Amino acid sequence: KRCSVTRFHFLPLIIFLVGLHAVEGIWPLPQTMTSSAERYSLDPQYFNFNYGRDSATQQGCSVLDAAFKRYFSIIFPDHISGSVFAERAALNAETVWGALRGNSNNLCSMFMNKGITFFVNKTEIEDFPRFQFRGVLLDTSRHYLPVQVILKTLDAMSYSKFNVFHWHIVDDPSFPYQSRTFPGLSSKGAFHPMTHIYTQSDVRRVISYARLRGIRVLPEFDSPGHTQSWGKGQSDLLTPCYKGGIPSGTFGPVNPASASSYQFMARLFKEVSAVFPESYIHLGGDEVDVSCWKSNPDVQVFMQKMGFGNDFAKLESYYMENLVNITSALNKTSIVWQDVFEYHERVSTPQQMIVVWREGCYLCEVRRVTKAGLKVILASPWYLDLPGPTHDWVRYYTVWPLAFKGTEEQKKLVIGGEVCMWGEYVDATNLSPRLWPRASAAAERLWSDEKQTSSVARAFSRLQDFRCKLLRRGIQAEPLFVGHCRHEYQGV
Amino acid sequence: MSATLRLALLLLAVAVCQGYQSNDIDEEDELVYEPSKYGSLWPLPQKVRVSEVSFKLPSASFKIVDAKESSAGPSCSLLQNAYRRYYEYMFGSVRKPGYVKSRAAGPSEISELQVWITSADSECDSYPSLTSDESYELTVDQPNAVLKASKVWGALRGLETFSQLVYEDAYGAKNINSTTISDFPRFAHRGILLDTSRHFLPIKVILANLEAMAMNKFNVFHWHIVDDPSFPYLSRTFPQLSQQGAYHPYTHVYTPADVKMIIEFARLRGIRVIPEFDTPGHTQSWGKGQKDLLTPCYSGTTPSGTFGPVNPILNTTYSFMRQLFSEISSVFPDAYVHLGGDEVDFSCWRSNPDIQNFMEQQGFGQDYSKLESFYIQKLLDIVTTTQKGYMIWQEVFDNGVKLKPDTVVHVWMGNRVEEEMQNVTEAGYTTILSSPWYLDYISYGQDWQKYYKVEPLSFKGTEAQKKLVIGGEACLWGEYVDATNLTPRLWPRASAVAERLWSAKEVTDISDAYSRLSMHRCRLVERGIPAEPLFTSFCPHEYKGV
Repeated sequence: KRCSVTRFHFLPLIIFLVGLHAVEGIWPLPQTMTSSAERYSLDPQYFNFNYGRDSATQQGCSVLDAAFKRYFSIIFPDHISGSVFAERAALNAETVWGALRGNSNNLCSMFMNKGITFFVNKTEIEDFPRFQFRGVLLDTSRHYLPVQVILKTLDAMSYSKFNVFHWHIVDDPSFPYQSRTFPGLSSKGAFHPMTHIYTQSDVRRVISYARLRGIRVLPEFDSPGHTQSWGKGQSDLLTPCYKGGIPSGTFGPVNPASASSYQFMARLFKEVSAVFPESYIHLGGDEVDVSCWKSNPDVQVFMQKMGFGNDFAKLESYYMENLVNITSALNKTSIVWQDVFEYHERVSTPQQMIVVWREGCYLCEVRRVTKAGLKVILASPWYLDLPGPTHDWVRYYTVWPLAFKGTEEQKKLVIGGEVCMWGEYVDATNLSPRLWPRASAAAERLWSDEKQTSSVARAFSRLQDFRCKLLRRGIQAEPLFVGHCRHEYQGV
Repeated sequence: MSATLRLALLLLAVAVCQGYQSNDIDEEDELVYEPSKYGSLWPLPQKVRVSEVSFKLPSASFKIVDAKESSAGPSCSLLQNAYRRYYEYMFGSVRKPGYVKSRAAGPSEISELQVWITSADSECDSYPSLTSDESYELTVDQPNAVLKASKVWGALRGLETFSQLVYEDAYGAKNINSTTISDFPRFAHRGILLDTSRHFLPIKVILANLEAMAMNKFNVFHWHIVDDPSFPYLSRTFPQLSQQGAYHPYTHVYTPADVKMIIEFARLRGIRVIPEFDTPGHTQSWGKGQKDLLTPCYSGTTPSGTFGPVNPILNTTYSFMRQLFSEISSVFPDAYVHLGGDEVDFSCWRSNPDIQNFMEQQGFGQDYSKLESFYIQKLLDIVTTTQKGYMIWQEVFDNGVKLKPDTVVHVWMGNRVEEEMQNVTEAGYTTILSSPWYLDYISYGQDWQKYYKVEPLSFKGTEAQKKLVIGGEACLWGEYVDATNLTPRLWPRASAVAERLWSAKEVTDISDAYSRLSMHRCRLVERGIPAEPLFTSFCPHEYKGV
């Protein structure tokens, strides 16, 4: 059930908050904020979250009930909930999702004084995101990430107001998704059939944990390339490669010449679209190596039959078109990597979204895609798996997603961006410090007003402060530079 | 430092280090995982013979015991603790009490590892030193495995090796192959530098890394304990140094009890703790708690309010140093203390009229390195009276300061490394190498290979000169490192250095190393150390400590 709150007409929100000192901890920066020196103390004995009298949701809204609980213990570590309500602050939002973002804010701006008194300054904030798609990609194929690690990342994402978990769940090295239709995929294709898989209940847990934090879970089942691990549990799915007229024993991308491939995909995506409530599905489509297709006589025959000549891009398009049709029949909209757009500028479905990921002039690509009328998610500047030789958050902060020549309409088609944490060199041991707080730099770019957040120097101390807040909340976020946090990370 | 300045430095660092990044990628080899005939041994012992014959280790009844002939017994808690530690590493996750049935060893079982200390003095209650004997011999055969070592230090290394020979079969049972090993380190000084000044490292992190060091046969913890940004060492003689100079006077300090605990924890693992109190530069944090210690800088003819290096012209400076180092020499039992001496910025000295006068009096002219040498010389004399040997960064040698013959010169600069090694050893000083092992520099890909391929003795020199190279250290400076990212940044990259410093010179097969190191890193993970992956892969037991 979806909870919603009554409409408010641009009533500025009076939230808690903030002296000049404390303002540094707010991240990402709200769209408008005024705070005064007037300050109130918060007594954990008496402080309470409550639904406003006119609110359309009341107790029983699972999302907000859970959020109140969560944020109470973040604001007052080691305190037990009080019972008396003092009407000091109000948070108005059109939907619960907005309320979640506001909650996160209030915390950010809360500061602790010596001793155990908590203060907030009188503050008014009106806030909304600049881009609607603010994602983090995790790769659970190159290294398996235990569920606990994913949940922890979802926590951290909500603190930076990210709202999409792009789950790159399978790829060449392993297939950890346990499919109920095709259990062989993970029992043969995972690193280990018991310990290195995501069961259906794991997936449900991730989705519901994400929902409570206002985060969508976008699954990616990348094909036709990046599918080596699929072949282990699904014979005849991949294209057998040939060498000198005989099969070489190795396999290439999904076999696009065989009807059984599409039957398999239709059944798999039927399951996926039922398991993941998200209305989008990421179909991948990147980095397809056509050399194996070229070598295979059946594929060659098929090419001729279809009149593709020697243009393997047409074969690739044919495959992707079939997949897009499969997913639209399931009432899902597809998202694909930019490769699909490049070999296939003809627009098949105008709702389709393109993720721009290649290096180089990525804004040129954004311009081309939007000119074709397609929506864009920008990822190129945010490949965080490349470790900074130092702490290079600045690189991720000084990105200007709309700085291309184009019409207003084109700019509106840029619906957001995502941070990619590919898994070649990343697993549970180093994921968190590599992701945070560098991803937070991208988060502010995607949420906040660009004019107010263009100065790196002004962001620096605020981000430093925010990273200490992440530590306080148990997120293993690495330091920006020499310095300290009042409460250091106590793990190993 | 102001925020803007810090930021400028940050940006500069980003720019400088990009160069490194692209270089590294080219050097790497594409490696394919194939099991090594040496299993997961890391670092590789000097002489190993592993046979195909395998034995079971019964987890319920297996024991590590003192051999009858051993000179160390139940009273040697260093060994007893080690037995327990390694038993838990090997069987910790599978032990099921109540399952135990005592019985004689089956036909293909090994029921005991006997540890035999052969020397009359086991050194059980001593501290490890530069000359400690770490050699050992290990025989795994029926009915018992035997670990022979002259001193407890060798026994510790041998226990680690034994635990690395144990593997799980398809039924989850513990197995070990019949093996004979004779082992000793190639270099005596195998260190890790941690920097607790730029970021404070909670005790727990230091201890976890001492554990990881022991798993890699490192034997020196070089504790770069204080520096410009903060002074977390709580001095009994000068408590105001940390009171004023630490990030926080209570939560961000190392109390005498903390220090003692770290030293003992390290000793139990055969690791020396060498503290570094770096002067005369790198001392901004010292000035906060100790008035008149640092040189007041001048802007024109008036003091600018900022301070430079330690003031070398005041008698009070030297009486302060005398008292401080007298305390340090009693707190830290190791025979060496590291005195730093690197990167002294002369501009502040130059600006100060009193210093200018002093320079003239001494006839130093405009050569401020002479003033630096003057200071260092006096400091060395002070430290000599505390009966300690000293280590210094290479600049001190480069500036021609007169050094005691047993001084260890620490080579760290990235340029002309071989030339420097040649010069230092030619002058007859012992030396350790760090230049190629600055692990705080990171890059995309498998940079462990770069650390692995270093040959410390590749410089031109006589045999006698080469003998003066007593080892090396991997340095993890703290600008961008704290408790959140230290361990995965250090391990298993430092493991590459560990093998270079322990194993024979000829051990250079990079694909064999890749295979062993992959397994070694999974072992570290299983033992609770979040060591990062080398590449796309998995471990049977992934890290769950998040």
